[in-house]
Amino acid sequence: MSEPLHTVALHTIYVPRDAAALSVGADETAATIRAEATKRGIPLRIVRNGSRGMLWLETLVEVETPEGRVAYGPVMAEDVAGLFDAGFLEGGDHALAHGLTEKIPYFAKQERLTFARCGIIDPLSVEDYRLHGGFRGLERALAMTPAEIVTEVTESGLRGRGGAGFPTGIKWNTVLNAKADQKYICCNADEGDSGTFADRMIMEGDPFCLIEGMTIAAIAVGATEGYIYIRSEYPHAVATMREAIRLAYDEKWLGDEIHGTGHRFHLDVRVGAGAYICGEETSMLESLEGKRGTVRAKPPLPALEGLFGKPTVVNNVLSLTSVPIILDKGADCYRDFGVGRSRGTLAFQLAGNIKHGGIVEKAFGVTLHELLYEFGGGTITGRPIRAVQAGGPLGAYLPPSLFDLPKDYEAFAAVEAMVGHGGIVVFDDSVDMARQARFAMEFCAAESCGKCTPCRIGAVRGVEVMDRIIAGERVAANITLLNDLCEVMTDGSLCAMGGMTPIPVRSALKHFPEDFTRSPAAVAAE
Amino acid sequence: MNARSPWSEERATAVITANRHLRGALLPMLHALQEEFGCIDEEAIPLLARELNLSRADVHGVVSFYHEFRRSRPGRHTIKVCRAEACQSMNANGLIDHIRRRLKVDFHETTADDAFSLEPVFCLGNCALAPAVMVDETLHGRVSPARFDAIAASTLAAETAR
Repeated sequence: MSEPLHTVALHTIYVPRDAAALSVGADETAATIRAEATKRGIPLRIVRNGSRGMLWLETLVEVETPEGRVAYGPVMAEDVAGLFDAGFLEGGDHALAHGLTEKIPYFAKQERLTFARCGIIDPLSVEDYRLHGGFRGLERALAMTPAEIVTEVTESGLRGRGGAGFPTGIKWNTVLNAKADQKYICCNADEGDSGTFADRMIMEGDPFCLIEGMTIAAIAVGATEGYIYIRSEYPHAVATMREAIRLAYDEKWLGDEIHGTGHRFHLDVRVGAGAYICGEETSMLESLEGKRGTVRAKPPLPALEGLFGKPTVVNNVLSLTSVPIILDKGADCYRDFGVGRSRGTLAFQLAGNIKHGGIVEKAFGVTLHELLYEFGGGTITGRPIRAVQAGGPLGAYLPPSLFDLPKDYEAFAAVEAMVGHGGIVVFDDSVDMARQARFAMEFCAAESCGKCTPCRIGAVRGVEVMDRIIAGERVAANITLLNDLCEVMTDGSLCAMGGMTPIPVRSALKHFPEDFTRSPAAVAAE
Repeated sequence: MNARSPWSEERATAVITANRHLRGALLPMLHALQEEFGCIDEEAIPLLARELNLSRADVHGVVSFYHEFRRSRPGRHTIKVCRAEACQSMNANGLIDHIRRRLKVDFHETTADDAFSLEPVFCLGNCALAPAVMVDETLHGRVSPARFDAIAASTLAAETAR
C-alpha cells in the first residue's frame, strides 16, 4: 500500500480483504471507518490484511495499540460511529470488543506455522512479508544443493495436504532424479471440497508464502516453470495471486536471476472452469494443457511424465506454503509437532452448522471433540451435533461416538475415514443421512469426468437406488444392491472420485442406519 | 455485471491472438472470450480450432466439459448459489427453493426481464459463513431468504444508479 508507515500520531486499523470478510460487508465497514475518521478529522491508516481465521467474528476490525492489536467484531458499517464514540482507536471498551487478538482463546490455543503471517501482514507488501520472516526459507535454500533441500523436506515428515497424504519429500526426490530438459512445479489450488477454504485464505492472506514455497520446490528439483491452477469460483484469490506474482517479479524474487543468483523460475496463474474433478492431479494437468479435465491412468506418475509429458511436482497449496517455514526453521522444528507418522500441523477448517467457524491450525493428534466443542462451540442452531463430514465430499460421515478420535492419517484410516484436507462440515440433528448419501451419489454423477464406467454410470445408478430406499421401496434388497454398487465403484474406478464416493454413502449407512430403514408408511405420512 | 458484447469475429480474433503465446492456451482463450461476449458463441469454435490446430469436435469437447463455459448469453447478472454440504447444513436447500420462487426460474435459466441467470455451484469457499451466494464476482455469506431479496434489489438499484 502506498500509505506511509505509521508514525506515533497515526492510528493503524486492520480491516480484512479476505473473501469471507468481504462476504459479510468488510468493504462497507472499511469505507465507513474511513469516512467517519475524515468527518472527525482523525488521521488514519487502514491496512487491508488477510483473515485471522475467526470467521464468525468477521468483519474483524483490529486497532494497533502499544499493548498489541485489539479486536472488534463482527463490525458492520452501522457499528462504526459507536466504535469511534467508545474510543476504539485507543482500544476502548465496547460490546463488540474482544481484547487483544492474540489472547482470544480460539487463536491463542492454536499452533500457527503455515498460517503464521495470515491476517497479520498486508498480503501485497513484500516489505511486510520480509519483516515477518518471509523469504528466509528461500534464502537458505538458495545456498543449499537440490539434494539437501529435498532431504530437509523429507525429514520434516511433511505429507501432501491435499488429502492423499503422500510424503512431499519423496515426490520431490522422484522429480529431482528424473532426467529431462524441462521440469514443472504445479500448485493444485482447485480447492473444490465443501468445507475447505484454507487454500483460499492463505492465497488471499499470504500469497508470497506460496510463491516462496514453489520457488524452493523449483530449486530443489531443477524446474524453471510453474503454474498455480486456481478454481474460477475464487476470483479474489486469483486477483491477489496475480498481483503478488507481479510484485515478486518486480523485486526479483521470480524471473531469470532470482535475487542475484543463477536460479531461474517463472510462475503463472491459470484459472479452472468449474470442474470439481480438476482437483485430481492428472485431470488438473490435462486442464492446464487446455484439454477436457479427464483423469489419466497411473502409471506413469506425474513426477515422471506430468505436464506436457515432463517431470512435474504437483502439490497442494498448503503443502507448498508449509515449505518456507520448514526451510527457515529446519526439519526438526516442524517434525516436533504432531503424532506418529502425521508430523507438523494441519489447518483444520470448521464449517457448516458451527458456532465458531474458521481455521484452526493445530498439530496432528487433536481430537474432533476438541475441535468441535472447545474451538467450534457446538452448532450455530444450538441443537446437538448429529454428524460431521470430515475430509470433503468424498470423506466419511462420523457420529459423536467417534469424536474422540485423534486427527492423525492412520487413526482415521483405521475407521474408514480420512483427515483429507482438514475440512470438517457439521450437521445438527435435523439432518437426514439418507439424503446426504443420495447427494454424494448425485455430486459424483454431476462431476464425474466420464472416463471410467464405475464412476460415470455407477453414480447415476446410485442416485436411483437411493431414491428407492428413501421412498421405502424394497429397502433391504436395495441396501444390498447399494452395497454391491459401492464395492464396484471402490474397486473399479480409475481415481478417487468414483473410488471414494462410496465412503460418505457407506459411512452414512453404517453409522446412521435408522435413516435408511424408515417404513414406507412413515415416508408416505410425510 | 456480465459483459455481453454482440458477436464480432474481429474482436474474437483479437482476443484469441492476445492469448496465443500461452502454452495450453485453450482454457485462457475460452475465459477471455466469455469475458468479452458473456458466453462461448458457436462461431468461436471454428476460429479456435483453426488457431490451435484442433478439430472443431475437440474444441466443442472442451467447452462442453466445463460447467463454467456458457453456450448462450447470460442475463445481466449471474447468481451462483452453493449446493454443497456445508451450505446444506445451514439450509441452503430452503434458500434455493426461495430463490427459484422469487426469480421464477430454475437453475441454468434466465429471468424474464433478463436481469438474472441462476446457476448452481459446488462450493464458493465460504463454508464457515454458509449459506453462500455469489452475484457476478461479489461473494455473500450467511444469506437468509430476506438477505437474498435485499442483495437482488441492491444489485438492480446499482444498475439504475449507473
